[in-house]
Amino acid sequence: MNALSVTDLAVSRGGLPVLEGLGFTLAPGRALVLRGPNGIGKTTLLRTLAGLQPPLAGQISVPPEAMAYAAHADGLKATLSVTENLRFWASVYGTGTIARALDDMNLRQLADRAAMSLSAGQKRRLGLARLLVTGRPIWVLDEPTVSLDAASVALFAEAVRTHLAGGGAALMATHIDLGIPEAEVLDLAPFKARTPEEGGMSGGFDEAFE
Amino acid sequence: MIALLLRDLRLAIRAGGGFGLGLAFFLIVVTLVPFGVGPEGGVLARIAPGILWVGALLACLLSLDRIFALDFEDGSLDLLATAPIPLEGVVTIKAVAHWLTTGLPLVLAAPAFGVLLHLEGSANFWLVLSLALGTPALSVLGAFGAALTVGLKRGGLLLSLLVLPLYVPTLIFGAELVRRGASGMETQVPLLMLAGITAACIAVVPFASAAAIRVNLR
Repeated sequence: MNALSVTDLAVSRGGLPVLEGLGFTLAPGRALVLRGPNGIGKTTLLRTLAGLQPPLAGQISVPPEAMAYAAHADGLKATLSVTENLRFWASVYGTGTIARALDDMNLRQLADRAAMSLSAGQKRRLGLARLLVTGRPIWVLDEPTVSLDAASVALFAEAVRTHLAGGGAALMATHIDLGIPEAEVLDLAPFKARTPEEGGMSGGFDEAFE
Repeated sequence: MIALLLRDLRLAIRAGGGFGLGLAFFLIVVTLVPFGVGPEGGVLARIAPGILWVGALLACLLSLDRIFALDFEDGSLDLLATAPIPLEGVVTIKAVAHWLTTGLPLVLAAPAFGVLLHLEGSANFWLVLSLALGTPALSVLGAFGAALTVGLKRGGLLLSLLVLPLYVPTLIFGAELVRRGASGMETQVPLLMLAGITAACIAVVPFASAAAIRVNLR
């Protein structure tokens, strides 16, 4: 039973195909790290998997209501406190409890601070704590460790490992080594889309005229 | 969904949330009119329904671009779109929150502003009724405009151009209802039209708004 499986996927950004022929599966308890140079299409792939944009071709098979997506931006409201921000997402996802997320991401002492007075790293920790309150089994993470210090990266790696041990799965785009030895690495460079001149797909700019 | 409503209301009343700005703007528009038109009571009372409705329209417009733009900027719109709430629900709740922070205060404060324009006592009832029935349509249509322009730089101006023409039917029947009510004429037709427009907007427009957001998030 795969948590997430992708076959022959092609994704486009701004009307240009960026990745094609991509296929992988992600089983429960496993983590997959996406690698590749800037602009290869990591974010585009993750947005497509999260359902924010349609794929150009191929199939994505994922159980319904299983995915939690964390983007570059943390989606925090500056005037709300740490607790209020987390509690909002907890009630949106219907899980209700935020105590564990506060502890796991070491936010307990910041709980009553407004999000605008947090440092960049603290904001990121709050953004990652949001994942813990979603209760979703598949995490889709875009550059989760940006602006985190070494201790916080370790904290995050620990949270991911706990998540995997509990039967969850994680798909991450990251440039640094997280220290999660069981994570597999998928290099996206071989899946770079051909340009239309080389026989690749057109990017779907003309979708309105088909 | 209730959590989203509570969050939006909480954000509106926190610092920089803009709660009350629409109301203050409405007050200023309404007090400026006698300066421009002259203080003669008869003239003011005759144009009062139109002025009050145009003022309400503009006050409503003032806070529209914040409905989705702020959530888009800090990334929470992406996260809301992937959350278990359907996007149609998100859009509806956002419009409700906008109405509660902008439309409802206008409805409640309207009688006081009516006095400034020499609106007669009996007409105040019709003014409050027409605003209560009409302003929800303004918020729902405004949310549609905000959804269309989310992510655009300087989208606020474009938003006004898109949304104001859509407000015309509500404006016509809203002002007409007050005018007829004030002069004791039959009010059923504008009343039903106003309520019908609002009901149709609430039923249909959130689907269009959600579709617009999906396209804009790609």
